[in-house]
Amino acid sequence: MTLYRDEGVVLRTQKLGEADRIITVLTRRNGRVRAVAKGVRRTRSKFGATVEPFSHVDLQLYVGRSLDIVNQAESLMSYGDALCADYPRYTVGTAVLETAERLTAEEKEPALRLFLLVIGALRALTEGEKDPSMVLDAFLLRAMSVAGYAPALDECAGCGAPGPHRAFSVPAGGTVCSACRPPGAASPSPAALALMRDLLTGEWAAAARSEERTRREGSGLVAAHLQWHLERGLRSLPLVERA
Amino acid sequence: MYEGAVQDLIDELGRLPGVGPKSAQRIAFHLLAADPVDVRRLVSALTEVKEKVRFCRICGNVSEQDDCRVCRDPRRDLTVICVVEEPKDVVAIEKTREFRGRYHVLGGAISPIEGVGPDDLRVRELMIRLQDGGVTELILATDPNLEGEATATYLARLVKPMGLRVTRLASGLPVGGDLEYADEVTLGRAFEGRRQVDV
Ligand SMILES: [Zn+2]
Ligand SMILES: [Zn+2]
Repeated sequence: MTLYRDEGVVLRTQKLGEADRIITVLTRRNGRVRAVAKGVRRTRSKFGATVEPFSHVDLQLYVGRSLDIVNQAESLMSYGDALCADYPRYTVGTAVLETAERLTAEEKEPALRLFLLVIGALRALTEGEKDPSMVLDAFLLRAMSVAGYAPALDECAGCGAPGPHRAFSVPAGGTVCSACRPPGAASPSPAALALMRDLLTGEWAAAARSEERTRREGSGLVAAHLQWHLERGLRSLPLVERA
Repeated sequence: MYEGAVQDLIDELGRLPGVGPKSAQRIAFHLLAADPVDVRRLVSALTEVKEKVRFCRICGNVSEQDDCRVCRDPRRDLTVICVVEEPKDVVAIEKTREFRGRYHVLGGAISPIEGVGPDDLRVRELMIRLQDGGVTELILATDPNLEGEATATYLARLVKPMGLRVTRLASGLPVGGDLEYADEVTLGRAFEGRRQVDV
C-alpha cells in the first residue's frame, strides 16, 4: 500500500461503524482528503483527540480505494480547545471549516491558498484580538476571491467602469454603475463597502474603526454573496453568533 | 440490484446509521436464510419499540411510561440534574452508581456544521426545569469531544444568570471519545472529581 505524508486542518469528522471516524482534512499539498481514522472513539485510542475538527495535524496516510486510511497522526496545533471555551468564536470557526469544505469541490485538488487562509483565520480567532465576526467576513471574502468570485467592491461588476458606485447586486457580482444596475439592487452605505474592501485587503486598523451597524451591514452582504455562489447554503452560517 | 423485496430490504437496512451497502446486503441475506421464528421475533421487537417506547416528559430519556424509571424513583435527588447527549449516556452513568440525581437528555450536541443549533436540542425544556429554583447543581456530562465541549460552554453561559452550581466531568475521560465507551471506573472517577465551570 502506498503511504504519503501531509499536514492539514481537520474540517469535519463523521462516525463510522462502532468506533471509527471518517475525517475530512484540508491538507497543504493534497487539497481536501477524506480518510478513515480507526478506533478513535474508543477510550484508549492513540489519536482520538488529534483528529478532532480545528486540529492542525501532521498525517501519515495509506492510499485506499475510496477513502485513505490514517496510519499516524501528530498534533501540530489544536485550535479546538480555545474555540470550545468561547461559544461565539466556536460558531465562527465552524463556518470557516464548512466554507473550506464547500469551496473544495474536488477531493485531492491542491488548494494551498485556501489552506493558508483557514490557518490564518483559526489563528486570528484563537489569539482573540480581532472581532470574530470581522475575522469571519475577512476569511469569507478572501476565500471567495481564491475561488474566483470575490464581489466587485469598487469597479462596476457589469462593465468595469471605475467606482465607487452606490448600488450592490449579488446576482450581478457586486457593486454596479447606474447604467448596469439591475432591478432589486441594494444601496448599501459607502462605509459598509469600504469595510469590505478593508477586510479583503487586510487593512485591519481601518476595519477596527468601523461602527457596529456598518459591520452588520457588511456581514449581510458577504453572507448573501457567498450563499448565492454556493449551490446550497452553508448550514453553519445562520448559527453563527455575532456579538 | 436484486429483485423487488430483497432489494427493498437492502435499501431499508442501508438507511440505518453505520450500515453501508455491503453490510446491508450481508444482513439481508442473513435474514433470508434465518429461521422464520427468529425473524418474527425481530419484527415484533421493532414494532413494539415504536408502539411502547416514548420519551420521558421530564428528562427526555426513553421510557415505556410517561415518566422514565429514574424520574419515577422517589429516592433520586431532585436538586441535581446531569445533562447528557443521548439516552445511551444515561445507561453508561447509571452503571457507575455514582450519580443519584436526575438526568436531562438533550438529544445530541450542538453541531453548526451539521446544521444542529441549540433550538434543535431539548435546551428550552432544560431551562423550564431549572426555573422553579429547586435545582442547585447542573452537571454537564456531554461527550468529551469538541461538540460536547462547545455544547457545555453554551449551556454554562446560558444558565449563568440562574446562579446555580455548574460542573463538568473531570478530565481523565479520553478526549475525542464517546461517553458510552468510557469504562465504569473512569466514568465514576470523572463524576467524583467534577469541577466547577467558570464562564
Ligand atoms: Zn456598469
Ligand atoms: Zn425521565
